[in-house]
Amino acid sequence: MTGNDVAIAGVGMHPWGKWGRNFVSYGVVAARAALADAGIAWTDVDLIVGGETVRNGYGGYVAGATFAQALGWNGARVATSYAACATGAQALDTARARILAGMSEVALVVGADTTPKGFLAPNAGERWDDPDWLRFRLLGMTNPAYFALYARRRMDLYGATQADFAQVKVKNAKHGLANPNARYRKEVAAEDVLNSAIVADPLHLLDICATSDGAAAVILCSTAYAEKHGLGGGVRIKAISTVTPTFPNTVIDMPLMSTESSAGGVPEQTFKESIGAAAYEEAGIGPEDVDVAEVYDLSTALELDWIEDLALCKPGEAEQLLRNGDTTIGGRIPVNPSGGLACFGEAVPAQALAQVCELTWQLRGQAEGRQVDGARVGITANQGLFGHGSSVILAR
Amino acid sequence: MTATTPAIEGWFTTGEAPALIGSRCTTCSTVFFPRTEGFCRNPTCDGEEFSDTELSRRGRVWSYTDAQYQPPAPYIPATDPYVPFALAAVELPEGIVVLGQVADGFTVNDIKVGDEMELVVETLFVDETGERTIWRWKPTTWITEPAEMPGGAS
Ligand SMILES: [Zn+2]
Repeated sequence: MTGNDVAIAGVGMHPWGKWGRNFVSYGVVAARAALADAGIAWTDVDLIVGGETVRNGYGGYVAGATFAQALGWNGARVATSYAACATGAQALDTARARILAGMSEVALVVGADTTPKGFLAPNAGERWDDPDWLRFRLLGMTNPAYFALYARRRMDLYGATQADFAQVKVKNAKHGLANPNARYRKEVAAEDVLNSAIVADPLHLLDICATSDGAAAVILCSTAYAEKHGLGGGVRIKAISTVTPTFPNTVIDMPLMSTESSAGGVPEQTFKESIGAAAYEEAGIGPEDVDVAEVYDLSTALELDWIEDLALCKPGEAEQLLRNGDTTIGGRIPVNPSGGLACFGEAVPAQALAQVCELTWQLRGQAEGRQVDGARVGITANQGLFGHGSSVILAR
Repeated sequence: MTATTPAIEGWFTTGEAPALIGSRCTTCSTVFFPRTEGFCRNPTCDGEEFSDTELSRRGRVWSYTDAQYQPPAPYIPATDPYVPFALAAVELPEGIVVLGQVADGFTVNDIKVGDEMELVVETLFVDETGERTIWRWKPTTWITEPAEMPGGAS
């Protein structure tokens, strides 16, 4: 099945960190890096899709146009997407749809963010009809507390331990050591994790990802255009899953305080399981075909959840995979060879695109110092607040 | 003059046997919490009318955690200095999992997935109008058998 493929012509990033500059400057650096990687002039791009950032004023709300202006108006079609952590996937999907419809030829997709310090708290003002405000006011329920609920459930149901979670951090820290775009490039020992403060039991400070500044950009074009101009090294997007949950959503989701009722029956798959399943179906492949995965490790334990949600193993078996070294580079199914959020920290509108950048380098054999040998198929997974699935499958 | 009032209106009853207030769709009978109005969120139902329904007061722990650091505003800390509290997600017989703080005096060491919890109403914070209350989850082992206090961890 190649009928719905689009080609990745180029990728680029601005390194993650706390640089204290405007998000636009990061976005332009990433966009220019992607254009250079593709060997395409900005003036040849006929569609730009920006990932919206909600913490940087009006320029962030209209990110597509903001980046277009910064790069110099070139008359391209413009769109802006917002889907929280899934923003990048939704932006890619918008670009892909126009290319597959024959309405655009070369698309630039960019996401960039500048983030505040500490817990991500809601905007100021009283909003009694906003669940994201109410969960703080009524319960003091922070983002790490949700990650902790999932982590604790793994412990009580599957016998996971805090040492397992620490091992995820140890692995990802090692993976990211040589990644020039990673913010944290330092080995971490299990004891470092276990000796860091508990934030939300059972998770320690080093189990939870930071927030970062950063930017990522992807150039998409039709497969015909890529072949005609010899672009991109043969990496194709096989699937982009942006599914919503199916009623009733019975796993408690950030930022909600309750689930929907399971009394009338439940769907075959949980929301997170359905995200990967839709991607596999669209690509016409299965989990057994995957060589490498980039998943959203907002917490160490969440990486283990995603491995199971993507059906890379059965529920309750992710700890065994981890302990066997299967998810380490060199193992059966390396997970987060980039170092993941553990090494990057989260830059919301850029993060799903960063996952695609990493898989592109992996599939081209250009992931120096962290290469998964012979990788031909890769999958990403994450989930945006308020019901946004995000999974992209790449292949060469 | 001050009084004891819920921190949010219409989400739970108070008194001897407090309970969460949900909405039952009069067309498909699906129960929602928090209360809802306007449109039923069951995708196969076009119902627009709901009746209030009190949810079961007891359920089983789906998972739990705590807040070791003071959450940011709009959370209003009850004490200065801050005292950590536990949180639990409890699955009710209605098939709904509801988050809540755990009753005062209990920690994560008092809870396991699957344990039975009962809804209580306690003070969340105090403001110029008086004590503002909230629903919380309390391990039933401590309600029915106060003499057999589990000694913390295990
Ligand atoms: Zn209904």
